[in-house]
Amino acid sequence: MPLFKTNRSVEAKIDAFFDTVAEGGLVFRNGVLTYLAGDTPDFENTIVSIGKLESQADKLSQEVEAHLYSHSLIPEHRGDVLGLLENTDNIIDTAKSCLNQFSVEKPAVPDQFHEGYRKLADAGCEAAEAVIVSGRAFFKDVNSVKDNLFKVHHFEREADGISDRLKRSIFASNLELAHKIQLRYFALNVEMVSDRAKEVADRLAIYSIKRTI
Amino acid sequence: MEILLFLSSGLFLGWSLGANDAANVFGTAVGTRMVKFRSAAIVCSLFIILGATISGSGAAHTLGRLGAVNTLAGSFTVALAAALATFWMTRLKMPVSTSQAIVGAIVGWNLYSDSVTDGSSLTRITVTWVVCPLITGVVAVVLFILMKWWINVSKPHLLRLDFLTRLGLLIVGAFGSYSLGANNIANVMGVFLPDNPFGDLSFFGVVTLSGAQQLFLLGAVAIAVGVFTYSERVMGTVGGGVARLSPLAALVVVLSQSITLFLFASERLEYFLASHGLPTFPLVPVSSSQAVIGAIVGLSLFKGMGIRYRVLGKISLGWVATPLLAGGIAFILLFFMDNVFDQEVSRAVHYRFDAQVAAELSRRGIEDPGLVRFHDQSITNAVSMKKDLEKFTDLNDKQVATVMDLAFVGRWNIDPGVIGREVDTHWLTSGQMAALWSLAGQDYEHAWQFRQALEAESEEWRERPRSTVNKIWNKELGKKWSFLKLVFQVGERAPAGP
Repeated sequence: MPLFKTNRSVEAKIDAFFDTVAEGGLVFRNGVLTYLAGDTPDFENTIVSIGKLESQADKLSQEVEAHLYSHSLIPEHRGDVLGLLENTDNIIDTAKSCLNQFSVEKPAVPDQFHEGYRKLADAGCEAAEAVIVSGRAFFKDVNSVKDNLFKVHHFEREADGISDRLKRSIFASNLELAHKIQLRYFALNVEMVSDRAKEVADRLAIYSIKRTI
Repeated sequence: MEILLFLSSGLFLGWSLGANDAANVFGTAVGTRMVKFRSAAIVCSLFIILGATISGSGAAHTLGRLGAVNTLAGSFTVALAAALATFWMTRLKMPVSTSQAIVGAIVGWNLYSDSVTDGSSLTRITVTWVVCPLITGVVAVVLFILMKWWINVSKPHLLRLDFLTRLGLLIVGAFGSYSLGANNIANVMGVFLPDNPFGDLSFFGVVTLSGAQQLFLLGAVAIAVGVFTYSERVMGTVGGGVARLSPLAALVVVLSQSITLFLFASERLEYFLASHGLPTFPLVPVSSSQAVIGAIVGLSLFKGMGIRYRVLGKISLGWVATPLLAGGIAFILLFFMDNVFDQEVSRAVHYRFDAQVAAELSRRGIEDPGLVRFHDQSITNAVSMKKDLEKFTDLNDKQVATVMDLAFVGRWNIDPGVIGREVDTHWLTSGQMAALWSLAGQDYEHAWQFRQALEAESEEWRERPRSTVNKIWNKELGKKWSFLKLVFQVGERAPAGP
């Protein structure tokens, strides 16, 4: 049955999409860590990697969307699935944009703030990973979607706290005001990954309620 | 040429049936956007045509309900009345039962022609309105719970579940369409079979379509055209008018409808279970139009989903109004056909209490002092005869019906040409055929004499003792007998019944 085969290929593409975004989260964390370590060649490699992953995620989500529309599949949940894919794609877009800003502006991050940025990147990456697990569950086991959503909220709250403490310590330091503002901007940028994960989690919470029989 | 004109009302009835009843099989699939209307219409039409020509065209299916009406002009008018009532309801987007419209129109004919109305057919309709939605509602809830359990256990991917649901909707819809064609074509075209204008048609000597098959094909095409041109309106009501359904709920609805029809209306299943010593399901009158609404309401109540009670109320009113409307329209149209167009819409029936009838009544143990006043009398009005029997005798309803059946006078000539031409040798057993051939050339004044002669010739014409296992044999025998009674009668037709 041709439709059954193409359905299988779309299932594989959705899985590949989630894999790509999850990998993007790991590359993002690695990128922040290598930047803080001052390892410029490795950092530039992560920029290239995340760029490729972001294009791949875009391509996969577009293919899935096109297939769902052209074959009028899952009419009841098509809008939700497209919303889920687009918002999940925003996570990797934000991560790429953040690393690009590091590459463009090359902010000088004093050692005392490294730990804060590292923890912020970790929390963002963990939130992205948790939301990816929930996203996959939305397609396969809707009852377990909420099992991981609390983790997303946990990491997002953790990122909020880390970011708040980091910004306070930045502004409490003796750095130039312009430097402080730039470091705050980067704290906001790194934190934004967990915010994007939370946005997806909020949508998933509603979609999973809708996806009852 | 006249037959083509009369045929037009059968085609209109077919069109109305397609426009209304297609919603029962594909309404939820189209309403939930799981199947496009165009795809649904193609599958539905194809399987209706297949069902009508393959399973619906056997001799057993030539006895439509309209067989009760004893003139062609009467059949035309009754079919037209049923079609108009169904069409009216379709315009109002109401899913109604075409069979109930036909029964209503026949009651209209009975009233106009002073024929006796079988009270059980009206009781069956009333019971169907209540019992059928209740049973289907319960079946839908049970099926829903089972399906939910299966999904929780097997955890199918959203897209795989979508595919399976779509496939299920198409398969159940296709089977439903096949049954729709097979079960309803007799009501649409059966009555026109004796006056069939079509001869055999051969395609390059390879495929030959008999006249009956062409007639049934034409009726099936009329149903299919109804599906294509006008069924989307009622599909909207079934698919989303009463309650908003999810695709899986849509599948549960059509599945529970099919299961209810299979479990509670299938005599073959009852026979199978009984012959294996298993408990049987009680057979109740069911209708797919009422079943589908029952399933939607049952499921919505169970899930706590919103039901549009206003739409539901309108649908219930439509169910009650359809047979009444059909009966009313039939009565008025018959008046015009009879008095304005001077068409014979019914033939007078004759009853005579001769010595043979009296002897047969006595043999059957039906004796009543009041019957004496009827001896050697000829009566031409069924209704007044029934009233007189009820007034002057203490016979029960069943005995009154038997007396009327025995007293009915007609002429049954067992023409060898008719045996060879009209009787399907695959339908009748060899013993039954041999018995029939042995009566070739005989003439009978009462139908029961013909029947008794058949019973005397072969035990295969005798009813078996009443039991669940024998029920299907006796019913089939009844169909065969009704068929013979119809085809061998010369002149006026006998009223429907045993």
